[in-house]
Amino acid sequence: MDGLTTPTSRKAYCRLPKGSQPPSLYEPYQATRKRAPLKPLILLPHTLSEITGPVYGHEKIGEKDNDLTVQHAGEPLGERIIVSGRVLDSNGRPVPNALIEIWQANSAGRYRHAKDQHPAPLDPNFSGAGRTLTGQAGEYRFITIKPGSYPWFNHHNAWRPAHIHFSVFGDAFIARLVTQMYFPGDPLFPYDPIFQSIPDEKARERLISKFDLETTQPQWAKAFRFDIVLRGREATPFET
Amino acid sequence: MKPDMDLVPTPSQTVGPFFQIELTTDEHCVRCIAGPQTKGERAWITFRVLDGDGAPVDDAMLEIWQADSTGKYYHPDDSGPGIVDRGWIGFGRLATGEDGNCVLETIKPGCVRYDAVQAPHLTLAVFARGMLKQLYTRVYFAGDPSNDGDPILSLVPPERRESLMAKPDSARAGHWEFDVRLQGEQETVFFDV
Repeated sequence: MDGLTTPTSRKAYCRLPKGSQPPSLYEPYQATRKRAPLKPLILLPHTLSEITGPVYGHEKIGEKDNDLTVQHAGEPLGERIIVSGRVLDSNGRPVPNALIEIWQANSAGRYRHAKDQHPAPLDPNFSGAGRTLTGQAGEYRFITIKPGSYPWFNHHNAWRPAHIHFSVFGDAFIARLVTQMYFPGDPLFPYDPIFQSIPDEKARERLISKFDLETTQPQWAKAFRFDIVLRGREATPFET
Repeated sequence: MKPDMDLVPTPSQTVGPFFQIELTTDEHCVRCIAGPQTKGERAWITFRVLDGDGAPVDDAMLEIWQADSTGKYYHPDDSGPGIVDRGWIGFGRLATGEDGNCVLETIKPGCVRYDAVQAPHLTLAVFARGMLKQLYTRVYFAGDPSNDGDPILSLVPPERRESLMAKPDSARAGHWEFDVRLQGEQETVFFDV
């Protein structure tokens, strides 16, 4: 790998700690069986193509995009919630100007998507999609409706724990993260192969938001805190 | 939280089957990376995503990241010489259709000059239901003379390099095809980043 060492000004990113990420193949999640590579992945040194990444979507954010309860004529049904937190890198530094996109089911557990055939009602006042940019301290905030859980066909009597899908862009294309945020105390966790696919328990718990009384607004909405940690750059002892 | 902590990164979870309601709406899709003014050799790349049975994957999302026609990235970390083409961003995002295909309109990037010279390539991230995390691969251009000296291709066993090559469509100039085979004998090379 001579000639591919990364200068300190353009340092490589940390490798993801073992067990912190799900494997591609996880038998209990059936759809992985035909969609996971079986040949070994090739270790890629981080070149300019990996440590750079898109600045995308900044110009496409509307004023109401981070409030999923005001996108229609009326208010959506369900439990109004505030979801907020910070995006940090693994060195603990805030990630400002990061695009966060979310999508979710409505309070009855139904997505506004043609392929969702769960016999639960659609809500004419809820699209279930939003986006925002993080502020200077990496902070973000959404107002939405608590999504319902819903059945799926993975195994007999399979139900997904309530979740909100998150898509986040960091500074590098390899720091790109798509994940799901869950709610504390969900009784479906032990039965959900998607959640259980993460080997490391501490990493898994990162996906569970925390009830946030401080941000909760009296007589209006409960709040949940969800901090997101993206890969950071490798630390070197010489960095100041 | 204070800096210089060592935090465990948030785990990935599958993009699921319903991402189209946000990520690839007409407004948020980027099927064309190169505008009419963009410099470079125009390229239309048809991607086809296939599963381990060779069946088309009709619910995948592809994201593409690439340099401009001079090999320059629109990013502060590309501090090398030259300036990026005006208006260039270099990011694409598409969803596959029922046939597992999608078509990206772009330009062929230049060689990326960074310590070692890399042959023209696109970085591709693949997301789908049934994929708990994205897979990364690279799209090179078959027949490009600089492929032979590419330091990343040289890490790939010779018999598997073919899977990283977009093939020209002999009937249509500027059109290329790239298969993403998630699993199987002809499996695409994916990278551990």
